[in-house]
Amino acid sequence: MKRYSALSLLRNALDYNRKWPTAWRSPEPKKSYEAIIVGGGGHGLATAYYLARDHGFKNVAVLEKNWIGGGNTGRNTSIVRSNYLWTEASLLYEKSLRLWEGLSRDLNYNVMFSQRGVYNLGHSLQDMRDIERRVNANRLNGIDAEVIGPAEVKKAIPCINTSPSARYPILGASLQRRGGVARHDAVAWGFARAADALGVDIIEQCEVTGIDVRAGRALGVATTRGPIAADRIGVVVAGNAGVLAKMAGLRLPIESHPLQAFVSEPIRPVLDTVVMSGAVHGYISQSDKGELVVGAGIDAYNGYGQRGSFPVIEHAMQAIIELFPAFSRVRMLRLWGGIVDICPDACPILSKTPVEGLYFNCGWGTGGFKATPGSGWAFAHTLAHDRPHELNAPFSLDRFASGALIDEHGAAAVAH
Amino acid sequence: MLLIECPWCGPRAETEFSYGGEAGIARPADPDALSDAEWADYLFYRSNPKGAHRELWNHDHGCRRWFGVERDTATYRIERSYVLSHTGSDAATGSDAATNAGTGYSSGNGD
Repeated sequence: MKRYSALSLLRNALDYNRKWPTAWRSPEPKKSYEAIIVGGGGHGLATAYYLARDHGFKNVAVLEKNWIGGGNTGRNTSIVRSNYLWTEASLLYEKSLRLWEGLSRDLNYNVMFSQRGVYNLGHSLQDMRDIERRVNANRLNGIDAEVIGPAEVKKAIPCINTSPSARYPILGASLQRRGGVARHDAVAWGFARAADALGVDIIEQCEVTGIDVRAGRALGVATTRGPIAADRIGVVVAGNAGVLAKMAGLRLPIESHPLQAFVSEPIRPVLDTVVMSGAVHGYISQSDKGELVVGAGIDAYNGYGQRGSFPVIEHAMQAIIELFPAFSRVRMLRLWGGIVDICPDACPILSKTPVEGLYFNCGWGTGGFKATPGSGWAFAHTLAHDRPHELNAPFSLDRFASGALIDEHGAAAVAH
Repeated sequence: MLLIECPWCGPRAETEFSYGGEAGIARPADPDALSDAEWADYLFYRSNPKGAHRELWNHDHGCRRWFGVERDTATYRIERSYVLSHTGSDAATGSDAATNAGTGYSSGNGD
């Protein structure tokens, strides 16, 4: 791998940028691998990277049916934070946040992680009580968090409507200053390039069509580019987790739903932080290009189509305009939908399965982007040692039978 | 926007309805006999197919009755609506189910 540096930028600029090497190879799939990761999104690529870097795996492939980062990794609002209520969840997301903080250096790739702060608004007395509880829980877990009042909200975000006569008056907020946003495409590309440099084969346009399970053990996968054998198979496919599980004869406690987001035309800098509101159900930030990035909630019904309903768009827009009346005349440029896999407790599954050698990392629901490095890190450990790391042990499949659910649905205050 | 056919009120906009999840999940006949794994399956595990899906909808801004819909989860095309049966199965039945639909499934999935 040719390292990126100020010097290499300068040297290539002198050559009119015609001599940059490709960032990762496009190899033909081999007959067999030590480990196969199904799904070339951020979580899958991160898993492959940490398997190669931390666990000495020399022979790993990532199989992606389209192009890497073309699913939810490239279709989200790119918010990163770790202020979850329950200890199990907050420790996993905090691990991820700490990895984010050194990620550009680790990968030698600028993922544009910007710790611009994340505000979770409270609109009622009960909201504020929940916020105080969550902030206290975060602090006990060593996670930065503070409660602020409406005057401080107004000072930090001048264009927000803090009028007491607003339909949803702002009584305060929680603030995580270390939270922020990152460039989602760069996360996929950075992990791909760094994994490739460690010998990982990234194979695009290769859809898994079957999983070869014999006598309770996974032996390999059937793909559109032929069969591939593997000792260990990690499935990291977000919305399609249920489809892959079915190939191995498994059921999952997961349902797939469409989730939508949209961006506006670029406008002048107006919002230099991230604002989320669980009660009115919208979240917003401004990209470096000046677009307002707005996230909506999921459609209630199951769906695998990468589009959602208009009423959901309308609902999110109403919330945003209520909070920021000045945005009422901003035009939206694009909207898109992704498929998210929702668990009953709104927490992910990073787990072994009843099939030996087959592992699932799924159920991240509406909030997987922020977990990308931590998810890959913990899942790589699980594959390498055939048992979960203590950070992801609470997120095993058996929690649904034992009853030890991690109920983050309301606790995280918003659509994650 | 989905156009959903309520068996009693006819085709109406999606915003008049609320979603009740997968249809045809019968309450355990003998709850005390279930293992933890069987309880987990009943409570949490769903078929989540990509394609034909039978699901429950409630016309809660209309007649407030529950009914079944067969919909494709990949194309979102609705094949048909049907009246729920007395027996707990989700098979389409005759008109007798109309009296049952208001209560039959409301405890299972509707909020």
